[in-house]
Amino acid sequence: MEIRYTAEHEWVALEANIATIGITDYAQRVLGDLVFVQLPAVGSSLAKGAAAGVVESVKAASDIYAPLTGRVVEVNPATVETPGLVNSDPMGGGWLFKIEVGDPSEVKELLDEAAYGKLAT
Amino acid sequence: MTAGPTHLPLHAWHVAHGARMECFAGWAMPIHYPLGILGEHKHTRAAAGLFDVSHMGQIMVRARAGDHLAAARELERLVPVDVMGLKAGRQRYAVLTNESGGVRDDLMIANLGDCWYLVVNAAATAADVAHLEEHLYGTCSVELASARALLAVQGPDACGALSALMPAVAAMHFMDVGAFRVDDTTCFISRSGYTGEDGFELSVPAALAEDIAERLLRHPSVQLIGLGARDSLRLEAGLCLCGHDLGGDTTPIEAALDWAIQSVRRTGGSRPGGFPGADVILTQLERGVARKRVGLRAEGRPVREGAVLFADPTSDAAIGRVTSGTYGPSAEGPVAMGYVPISLAPIGTRLFADVRGQRIPLVVSNMPFVPHRYHR
Repeated sequence: MEIRYTAEHEWVALEANIATIGITDYAQRVLGDLVFVQLPAVGSSLAKGAAAGVVESVKAASDIYAPLTGRVVEVNPATVETPGLVNSDPMGGGWLFKIEVGDPSEVKELLDEAAYGKLAT
Repeated sequence: MTAGPTHLPLHAWHVAHGARMECFAGWAMPIHYPLGILGEHKHTRAAAGLFDVSHMGQIMVRARAGDHLAAARELERLVPVDVMGLKAGRQRYAVLTNESGGVRDDLMIANLGDCWYLVVNAAATAADVAHLEEHLYGTCSVELASARALLAVQGPDACGALSALMPAVAAMHFMDVGAFRVDDTTCFISRSGYTGEDGFELSVPAALAEDIAERLLRHPSVQLIGLGARDSLRLEAGLCLCGHDLGGDTTPIEAALDWAIQSVRRTGGSRPGGFPGADVILTQLERGVARKRVGLRAEGRPVREGAVLFADPTSDAAIGRVTSGTYGPSAEGPVAMGYVPISLAPIGTRLFADVRGQRIPLVVSNMPFVPHRYHR
């Protein structure tokens, strides 16, 4: 599985044409303890860069963006029930949603780990 | 101005304890520590939290002629509260009003026996000092105690933690204040705070602050708590944050602070009015107000400061605005406060807030959201 990143501090795990999306460990640390997660509707189509959901900590609200164009095929309801899961396991059990990639050419615009590492400091 | 934020006397100590420092009202403040806002909030309500609130202004007002009560009379020209009736060793919440009855700042006024000790908001400190000097010049000296730190210990174990260092504080009650000798210096300690919990605020010489903070932190119940949790704690307690829930265009009556205006300062009292905006405020006390600060509860997502309020899910006519809002960790849900027309202020009224284009349902609710636990 290939993991890429966005400048908006999201991670994208690619497996065949399915992208799993979440926020990075850096993002959850900056946001602090999450208290609310809103995810996109399964079946909705998102353009790259479109607002897909919201994560909120005690302190602030932050939009989640679609890192790639595609259709939402699955969301992680456990994060809505227990927002703290995103803090405790941001790149595992705290994943947010999956999309079926609509335009594979967009993938190369995502950041690799080295490029993202420079942003997340 | 290119100068960065002012550092607290304990700045390096906070950094060493893992604080995330951010600028607030011109000060670099600890927003949270490694425990995080949620954990810090809950810890304060369950045990005891130690807060550094040295950014707040500490002001000493003394009568020039040595007539302590005359200084109280002068202060009453600036606040709608009973200062002359405040006994030595007691403090009281007050507001500085403007000519239209709005709130310049909110503060605590303590009677230390030979001087009046005021604690004001950081953002308003310079303006408050200038305001006091302008109006009290000639009768009182106004001194900003900038060499003092202010620590707060809050929570059910606060008394246990502080009395381990200073046994005498255990005898104090809510809003008592006194001068205590510690290591050859004077500390002013009040049994008060801004979290809704029992607790104390300690004004200590800056040079002594680290030692006292360190000794308090050594108590097993005590954790360091940042400004983030301080905000969610005070909001759950229904307490106003000046510049947000209070301001120059809101009167204390609109802000539902009627309780802070004692009867002697009201129409028919022995010293009615005589403070800026008294005509507006006393008229509102008698005839009521057109809008009022209320508590709001939501389900689901937090509704935050600035959110516009509506009477129904579709109307375009704004009826008010949220002035503070967050997720209340102890209230276990979103809590907020805001101003609404008096017709929509009754408890149980359903309202809607616009949050990023979504209409979020809210219910006008009693405050505090979490019961106060003061030691009266």
